[in-house]
Parts: sequence; C-alpha cells; structure tokens
Amino acid sequence: MAAVDFEHRVAFNPMSEAEASRVIGVAKRRDFLFAILGVFVLVLSMGMLTALIVDLLVDGLARIDYDFLTSFPSRRPAQAGILSAWVGTSLVMLTTALIAIPLGIMAGIYLEEYAPRNWVTDIIEINVSNLAGVPSIIYGLLALGLFVYTLGLGRTVLTAGLVLALLILPVVIVATREAVRSIPLIIREGAYGMGADKWQVIWHYILPAARPGILTGAIVGLSRAIGETAPVLTIGALTFIAFLPPSPVQPEFPFLNFDWLTSPFTVMPIQMFNWISRPQEAFHINAAATGLVLIAMTLTMNAVAIWIRYRLRSQARS
Amino acid sequence: MPEAIMNQETYRQSEFARASDPSVAAGSRPNAISDTLKADVRGLSFWYDQFQALKNIDLPIAEKKVTALIGASGCGKSTLLRCFNRMHDLYPGNRYDGEIVLLPENQNIVDKGIDPIRVRLKAGMVFQKPNPFPKSIFENVASGLRVRGIRDRAVIAGRVEEVLREAALWDEVKDRLDQSAYALSGGQQQRLCIARTLAPEPELILLDEPTSALDPIATAKIEELIEKLRDHYAIVIVTHSMQQAARISAYCAFMHLGQLVEFGTNETIFTSPKEKRTQDYITGRFG
Amino acid sequence: MSEHIVTSFDQDLERIDKLIRDMGELGAEMVADATRALLSSDEPLAQRIVSEDVIMDARQRELDDAAIALIAKRQPMAQDLRTVIGAIRIAADLERIGDLAKNVAKRVPSAGGSTIPKPLSGSLQTMSELVLAQVRRAIAMYASRDAEGLVSLREDDERIDIQYTSLFRELLTYMMEDPRNITSCTHLIFCAKNLERIGDHVTNIAENGYYTLTGQQLPATRPKADETAAAQG
Repeated sequence: MAAVDFEHRVAFNPMSEAEASRVIGVAKRRDFLFAILGVFVLVLSMGMLTALIVDLLVDGLARIDYDFLTSFPSRRPAQAGILSAWVGTSLVMLTTALIAIPLGIMAGIYLEEYAPRNWVTDIIEINVSNLAGVPSIIYGLLALGLFVYTLGLGRTVLTAGLVLALLILPVVIVATREAVRSIPLIIREGAYGMGADKWQVIWHYILPAARPGILTGAIVGLSRAIGETAPVLTIGALTFIAFLPPSPVQPEFPFLNFDWLTSPFTVMPIQMFNWISRPQEAFHINAAATGLVLIAMTLTMNAVAIWIRYRLRSQARS
Repeated sequence: MPEAIMNQETYRQSEFARASDPSVAAGSRPNAISDTLKADVRGLSFWYDQFQALKNIDLPIAEKKVTALIGASGCGKSTLLRCFNRMHDLYPGNRYDGEIVLLPENQNIVDKGIDPIRVRLKAGMVFQKPNPFPKSIFENVASGLRVRGIRDRAVIAGRVEEVLREAALWDEVKDRLDQSAYALSGGQQQRLCIARTLAPEPELILLDEPTSALDPIATAKIEELIEKLRDHYAIVIVTHSMQQAARISAYCAFMHLGQLVEFGTNETIFTSPKEKRTQDYITGRFG
Repeated sequence: MSEHIVTSFDQDLERIDKLIRDMGELGAEMVADATRALLSSDEPLAQRIVSEDVIMDARQRELDDAAIALIAKRQPMAQDLRTVIGAIRIAADLERIGDLAKNVAKRVPSAGGSTIPKPLSGSLQTMSELVLAQVRRAIAMYASRDAEGLVSLREDDERIDIQYTSLFRELLTYMMEDPRNITSCTHLIFCAKNLERIGDHVTNIAENGYYTLTGQQLPATRPKADETAAAQG
C-alpha cells in the first residue's frame, strides 16, 4: 500500500461557487436535451401506432357485432363473418402453446442446467439463437415439405400448430434460459447447500422463481405466432371455410376429442389477407374489423400474462 | 460404478496405512488438539482449474466447538469452508486432493466416490448474504426437511417449530408463518437460514461470514445464537471480523495465500500468536 | 515489529510508550533525589520530591486515559493488547515507586544527615545505588524491548534483598547500642524498607515487561532473600 501523501500538493483549490454553477448548468442542459429527444422519439412511434389503431377503429369498429363474430365467410360482404377464422386461430394457438411451451422450457433448462460445456452444446446454442432470426416463410416451406408431404399430416390445425410452435420455440428457449440464469446464485447455492439434488433444485427453486420470465417469453412468442401469415399460407391453409372443426369436448366418454387437430382450418390473418385483396370496399371494412379482433385477442393474451405474473410475484412476496 | 468402488478401496487402504504408521498417530499430527474431533482435514489441496487455492491443509475440527477461519480476502478460507460440503462440485474444473475425514464415520467427504448430496445433508451451510427462498417462512424451514424426504405434514410442522425455537426466531414469526420470508428483516432472514440449515439435523454447521451483511444488533443476536448452537454442533465459521472470531471461537486458524499459517486455541491466537504473519494480520500491520 | 496500516494507531501506541519512558525517568530521578536528600539531609531537595510525585500521579492518570481510549478505539489484539495492558500495570508500579520515594523524602527531617553514623550511611548509599540501577535498567530494557535482560533484572532483585537484610541487622545493632538512636533508626528502617519495595516494583515491571514482549508469563516463584523476618525471631 502506498503511503498517503499530500505533501506534493502545492495548494488546495476547492471549487468556487461560479465554477460549481457552470458544471451543474452543463449537466442539466445535457439532461434536458436528452429528455426532449426521448419525448420526440416516443411521440413519433406511439403516434404512428395510435394512428394505425385509430384508422382500424374508424374503418372497422362499426362492423363488429354479434353476427360478424358468429357467421361464416360469405360472398356478400354484409353477411360475411369471421367465426371459422377466430375459432381456427384459437385452436392453432392452443396447439402451438401446448407444443412450444413445454418443449421450449425443457430445452432451455437442459441447455442451462444439464448440457455439458462442449462444442456440441455450443453449436446447439448458436443454432437456437440463429433460428430466432430465420424468416417465417422458410418455416412454412419446411412445414410444407416435412409435415404436409413427407409425414402426410395434411393442411390441418396440427400442421399449423407445429409450424408456429417451431417458429416461436427459439423465443421460448431463450426466454427460459434468461429467466433461469437470472436467478441469484445464492438461491441456487442455498438449495444445493441444503442437500437438494438437481431435480429438486430445478423443480422447487429454479422453476418457480423463473416462472414470470418464462411466461413473458411464452406470451411474446404466442403474440408473434398469432399474427403470422406467411407460414400458414405456405402450408396452404384454406381461405374460405364455411364449417367449424369438430369440438374438442364431447358429451360422451372420454369427453375430449382430438379430431379437430386433423381438420382443415383458416386463421384470421389469412381471412384478412383474403378480404383485403378483393376489390369491394365493404370487404376492406370487414378486413379492418378482423384486424381489430386480432389486436384485441393479442392484447387480452398480454393482459392475462401480466395478471398471472403479478399474481406469481405477490405470491412470492407477501 | 467401478470408479467409485475403486476410490473407496484406495481410501480404505490409505486409512489402514495411516492407522498402522506410528508417525501419523494422533498426537504427532500437525495441529493436534485434545478435544474430540468431528472432522479432520488431512493434507487437503484444492484447485480451481490450474490455480491452486489450498495448499496441503491440516486442520482438526473439534466436536461441539466453534472453529474460526480468518485471513485476508483471497487467502482461501471460504474455499476451504466450501470443501466441507462439496460446494465446489457445482462448478466444473475444480479438483480436490487429500482428505476431509468426517468422524466418527471415518468417511472422506471429498472422495469422488461419495455423493456430494450425502455430504451436504451432513454439513449444512449458511451464506454471507441471507438467502431465504422466495417462499413462506414455514416453507423455507420445511424445505430443509423435504430434501430429507420427510412428507408427513404433522412431523414437518412440529420440526419447523422446534428449529425456529432453536434459531431464536419462533416468538418473532409464530403469527406469520405463511408470510413471505422476504418480509423479514436481514437479521431475521439470516436466523431463518440458520433454522433451515438446522432442520435436516446436520452434523457440521458451516457459516460463511454470516454477519457481514448485518447491523451490530442483528450480529449480536446471531453470535448469541452461535454460542447456544455450539453446545450441540461442530461449527466452522469464516469471518472477516477478528473481534467476532475472538468472541465466539474455541479454535482459530489463520490462513494466508492458500496455506494454513497458524492454528491454535482462541487464547493463543488472539493474545500471543507464534507466527509473525498471524501477529501482523490480527494486529493490523503490513504483512 | 512492522508498522500498522493505520498510522494513527502507531502514534497512539507511541504516545503510551513515551509516557511510560517519561514516568520511568521521573521515577528514577525521584529515587536518586530521595536517597541524596536523605544522606545529605537536604530538606529543599526533599520538598521538591513531594511536588515531583504530583507530576508522577498526573502522568499515570494521563496514561490510563490514553490506554483506555486506545482499547475503546482500536480493539487491540495480541502484541498490541499486551503492550497496552502491560503499560497500565507498569505505570501503576512506577506510580508506587514515586510514592515510596516521596515517603523516603518525607522522613528526611527526622532521620537525615548528621544523625546517620558513617558506616550506616555507606550501607544505605550502596542499597540506594543498587535500587536506582535496577530502576534505570528496567526502563532502558523496556524501551529497547530486551526480554532476556528483563529476566536477569528480576533475578538481580535478590541483591537488594540481601543488602536490605544486612542493613536491617545493622540498624538493630545501633538501636541496641544506644536507645537515643531509636527514633532516627526506625525512620531509616522504613526508608530501607521503602527502597526494598521499590526493588519489588521493579521486579513487577520486569515481569509485566517480559509478558508484554514475549506473550509468556515468567514462573511465579523466584529466589527470595529477605531474611529480616528470620533475623527478628
């Protein structure tokens, strides 16, 4: 340790009032300018988003009514509805969630907790990150080749669910890994130090603590999937469907029915795409109304996620 | 698992050799003490990958006594403490050499053939920063029992109350057992962590700077607790506070650069240490 | 011993050390003055010793305060702890040495000077020189951290005890010869006893100093040669 030495100092020169004011003034000006810039950017981006939604509202809100939600598509715009589209979207989302979330969590935990640190793991990790950046139409081509032709699954709800699950799998995996990694080391060491085995540590301590993060990742992924058109178009979802897939619940044993998985379907983005490409103005209004319903579904999903996350947090705290 | 069996075998042979070799009889061992031993560190070295963090440590741990490990940051005291419950096994590239023999089982707990979980069930650890789990107070303590496979709710409830009383926390929390552990103060959280460590009935309690994040009052409560616990457990504590080591330990080991410089009774180390390096450290001089 | 990381810790210890050295020098001076005043019946000198004792007492209080403040502030350990506790005890011994020298000085009017027979004054001179040498050596060895020297110092106290025994017998003889000597000789016995007890305090200083420096206690027993008790019987 060097000796404390003030001897070399010629004179002490504390800051004067004027100098202090100048320094503080510069700092405040800088803060102010940056705040202005931030507000400008915010207003610009929020403004565009708001304009978009307002445009949709103006065009489509009046069109949304009970009939619109409960009617099948029709050649007459006034009678056309989105029943098959929103049911299709819901079923595809359900399939996607059931496939992508468990797989993604398991893969994330494997990579974070179990995978040995070697080149194979490194390659897997790089690929997972890269997959998140692959254009969605490529997934569509893959699904068309693999699921529709090779495996013969057809242009069904299952195929669409699978391809969208593949699409959002990297998002769920990365979110899971981030959530697991963000758990403080002392919690982990505390659990191991007690004599817990790996499974107990993951199941009782890591997963509960990582739940909010994983959930966020899953919802972000599903929000992306719900609006995807390209892969669903590529596998050849029908644009005009005047019937519903079989109901997942049935009155007789075993009460659950999975026939809907193999049913043809359409989804809302395709319905929109279909209507928007027609010449009649009335169909354009239908498309705007469909867009509003789609946005409402996404927002609802997000709201539910926020609510669940809040519940989980307050459970842990109080 | 042939590797494990072989390790066990070689271990037994070395035990046999030790017992039959008069030069390593109890009395002539380095740092021999007259108390009953709970554990005995024999020629322990430890590597983080290429870096040797512990060099040939010999250290007896007395039963029902507090043994303090002191030394400057980076001297290896925490590393040594973490060997006692195989915490280093959580990270790849770490390597032990030598033995930590747990008595009376006569089991080398750093042997590869011994599952670290088995070791951790016997040697519970309390960390520097209170680390309750994000669960209720009750569940925090119960988790220490669940790892032992105890499922009976009545047994768990009884045992939770028992250890909370032992950790001098029961009166403060008995009316809010289902509240989150995070609602407790830092000192209470640390006592909760001690209770959690006591729950599975360990043989050895390891304390890694347990009061360094606490105020003096909370520190005094923890020290009071340690003084109660030492009648029932062998305790090893790492501390940066010399005064704390002087207050609560029966034996004290001074470490420097991965070596054990001096081991002795509390009285010797804090009033008239033999080694100049110990003297310089505990009196706050340039080493 | 190397320096503390905190410089002011060294300064605090140095202050205590300096107080001990000052008290030691003052004590030695008081002992020297007291015997000189006694042998030459120098009453003004004797008077000065009484005022020096006031200084000695003040120094001891100052040292106690400094030592307690240091313990409170620094929580000394090991060597430092022994130094501070040792200083408190040594200061107490030095203060007692001052008191005993003052007691000798107070007896100067009743026992001093011409009333002392020549051979007796020689014995008294020898004893006071022995005691003075012990006091000076103790302070010097403590200042120079000479632990081995302190051991021999303790053993040398025996010579003072022997000298005291012979002086005691001598004084008894004078009193038996002529009862008119009894008053002055009794005072002289007290003076000799005071000097002998100063020697004992030096022994205490040696023991405390040895513990301070080494951390080891000297064995409690030491050859004792005060045979006045036997001579009386």
